[in-house]
Amino acid sequence: MITYPFQYKRAGSISEAVALLAEGGKALSGGHSLIPSMKLRLNAPDALVDVGRIAELKGIRLDGNELVIGAGSTHGDIASSGLVQQHVPMFAEGAGHIGDPAVRNRGTIGGSLAHADPSADWPAMVLAADATIVVEGPSGSRSIKATDFFTSMFETALAADELITEVRVPVENGARMTYQKFSQPASRYAIVGCAVVKSADGKVRVAFSGVSDTPFRDTAVEEQLNSGQSATSVASGVSVMSDHYASEEYRRHLANVFLKRALNAVA
Amino acid sequence: MQIQVTVNGKTRKSEVEDRTLLVHYLRDQLHLTGTHVGCDTSSCGACTVHVDGVAVKSCTLLAAQADGCAVTTIEGMAIQDSPTTSQLHPLQEGFKECHGLQCGFCTPGMIMTAADLLKHNPNPSEAEIREALEGNICRCTGYHNIVKAIQWAATHSTKPEPNQQEEPVVADEHLFTNDVTTGEVVETH
Ligand SMILES: Cc1cc2nc3c(=O)[nH]c(=O)nc-3n(C[C@H](O)[C@H](O)[C@H](O)COP(=O)(O)OP(=O)(O)OC[C@H]3O[C@@H](n4cnc5c(N)ncnc54)[C@H](O)[C@@H]3O)c2cc1C
Ligand code: FES
Ligand code: FES
Repeated sequence: MITYPFQYKRAGSISEAVALLAEGGKALSGGHSLIPSMKLRLNAPDALVDVGRIAELKGIRLDGNELVIGAGSTHGDIASSGLVQQHVPMFAEGAGHIGDPAVRNRGTIGGSLAHADPSADWPAMVLAADATIVVEGPSGSRSIKATDFFTSMFETALAADELITEVRVPVENGARMTYQKFSQPASRYAIVGCAVVKSADGKVRVAFSGVSDTPFRDTAVEEQLNSGQSATSVASGVSVMSDHYASEEYRRHLANVFLKRALNAVA
Repeated sequence: MQIQVTVNGKTRKSEVEDRTLLVHYLRDQLHLTGTHVGCDTSSCGACTVHVDGVAVKSCTLLAAQADGCAVTTIEGMAIQDSPTTSQLHPLQEGFKECHGLQCGFCTPGMIMTAADLLKHNPNPSEAEIREALEGNICRCTGYHNIVKAIQWAATHSTKPEPNQQEEPVVADEHLFTNDVTTGEVVETH
């Protein structure tokens, strides 16, 4: 299926991309959310600014005690990165189960975060990892905590003329972490995805994708677990989605099951 | 806009619309109709080709995004051993040997995905093969013989990679006939 007409522009650098985005249109990274939605006429930007070849957006490196992942890194790059496997293994584990190999060859972490699909995998992982999303706009760069980034379904704190440039993940010595999901069997999107990070001192951070229309840190459950109680209040503060894949009741049940699995994995 | 793409070893300069998908460029402009379109949702994998050696869904990539890249399609998988003869790629032979296709619609995508797998993992387990085929849907075979065909290829892959050497730049030319060209239907009595 062919999309509505639009103008294709290719940016060679972050500053060029920001300048082109200021003229309107949307960034095009891997295209694996944007192009399908444009084919289905759910999205019809006048222009696409291809950021897929910007070298500055690629690459994964350590910077002090942070792992820095370029926004243009593909899910496949992240799954196979030795640095990620060593320092934030949950990201490699989760990235390796996104979609299928061809999707992982093109789709990027920056595109997934900006798209903020309620069933996407990255949101739960960046929330539990307490990551920071760095963006660049006409007035310079700013850092947004993952916990402030997702504002509602497909909505984020990102402005239309801002570009995500990198994701900074704190490296915690001795932390254990996992991402467990119940996948939609065809697309592999998360019907429920649960990310848990357990620090060396035993404190946990818990985040969910797929459960509510906005991915979230489950602070009520964290408080219970961190004060030695059992987790009885999973997803208590949010409205739980209900759709043709899973009813609200079933999703809530799955959220409990996948939290247990995740806690077992980091025990 | 103008793009330059090296398709199956031949460099081509073509004029495309900004919104042209790579799969439509391959099928409708280059008439390489071995690459199929089986869905509108990027989920079936029938359109899988290699861009710079990596398996991608050509229905989810603009032709403009492949500008400057090397594209290999199913038509480029057979190994040209002389100007007039070629040998099937081990994966193509494997599908033939193991009855890995019925209608054949999914086969080009299956082969391109499998070729990417075998490049990184020359001796995959059955589970690894099934995992790699996650994004390729077959309505006919039940996958079992596809897995066998890929295993067959893994044990018979001694041949070199398909011909990717650069040849002179050519303008669009139609190497293969389109599967259906309604404009040229001849009325018969
Ligand atoms: C068949 C299929 C299965 C999938 N399965 C899963 C799955 O199991 N789990 C999952 O999480 N996802 C899944 N996805 C989605 C996939 O991970 C996408 O790649 C991802 O959501 C978007 O990344 P992208 O690089 O392709 O972004 P694009 O499609 O290029 O862009 C998406 C949005 O982000 C914006 N954008 C892109 N880059 C930037 C940037 N640097 N700064 C600001 N805005 C930007 C674009 O303007 C657009 O609005 C699947 C997709 C397909 C087609
Ligand atoms: S046609 Fe490309 S995935 Fe179905
Ligand atoms: S052989 Fe018919 S779809 Fe696979």
